[in-house]
Amino acid sequence: MTRAEEQVATHEKKTLGLWIYLMTDSVLFAALFATFAVLRTATAGGPGGPELFDLPFVLIETIILLTSSFTIGMALLGSVRGYKKQTFVWLFITFVLGVTFLSMELYEFMVLIGEGYGPQQSAFLSSYFTLVATHGVHIAIGLIWMAVVIVRLWRHNFKKTDVNRLALLGLFWHFLDIIWIFIFSFVYLIGGMA
Amino acid sequence: MNEPKLDHSHSSAKYISYVIGFVLSIATTLLAYLSVVYETLPKETLLYVVVVIAIIQLVVQLVFFLHLGRGSRWKVISLLFALLIIVIVVVGSLWIMYNLDYNMMNMTPDQMTQYMKENEGI
Repeated sequence: MTRAEEQVATHEKKTLGLWIYLMTDSVLFAALFATFAVLRTATAGGPGGPELFDLPFVLIETIILLTSSFTIGMALLGSVRGYKKQTFVWLFITFVLGVTFLSMELYEFMVLIGEGYGPQQSAFLSSYFTLVATHGVHIAIGLIWMAVVIVRLWRHNFKKTDVNRLALLGLFWHFLDIIWIFIFSFVYLIGGMA
Repeated sequence: MNEPKLDHSHSSAKYISYVIGFVLSIATTLLAYLSVVYETLPKETLLYVVVVIAIIQLVVQLVFFLHLGRGSRWKVISLLFALLIIVIVVVGSLWIMYNLDYNMMNMTPDQMTQYMKENEGI
């Protein structure tokens, strides 16, 4: 094994645990997706997806989250090279994008609930809110985690353990991006078809 | 400052990998969005198009962002196992519920309750 291969192997060992957690988490999301797919038409006489979803708004949310997945990748590459400033700036951009995404999602929920279409209105809305809000809670936890990493980077010297921590955070964030792509495709695009 | 000097090999290749992944995922997202919004195809076909684009996006993210396959085999194995469980959960739920719906379609809720009491096996 060359030195680079060895480094990759060590790195893989350190991220395998989180990876397996993410796989079990994807099974949790699969159950929620299946619930939504089954209850999609159970609107109890109320409006369904095509009437409720604001697709251009959700597209902007999606692009913001995709961009944040890219910027955390840049932060990761910066950390691997030991460039503290690059890591810090990209990570901060990711954090701002993540907060924007979460605020937009909460705003969307507020609008729906304000119009009287809260999760208690129909089985369709219950499954919609459960699925999307579970993703939102994951994003919120990811943001807290990111804030901890940012503060550590700011206040302390840049150590090798920080690089590992950032790699794990990056893995988590990319995973959330993948889940969101499925929410966008299955819930908003397919569920929003007239 | 004690800056770690780790991996300097293939450095530009990794940047390119992220840029390609980013461009591809934005492009596929827009493609799916526009084909749904402008109703380019009949609804049934469009459904399959969106599903296929979602799977392409999954592969793009796994390859260009998570760099799957460039390391531990266990990640791939656990991913395949998770995918198996996901397919069983999702396809199984839809299959069972579709059948149940189909078989009970022409009944009122009272008839349904009656039918379920008489045939407790279902």
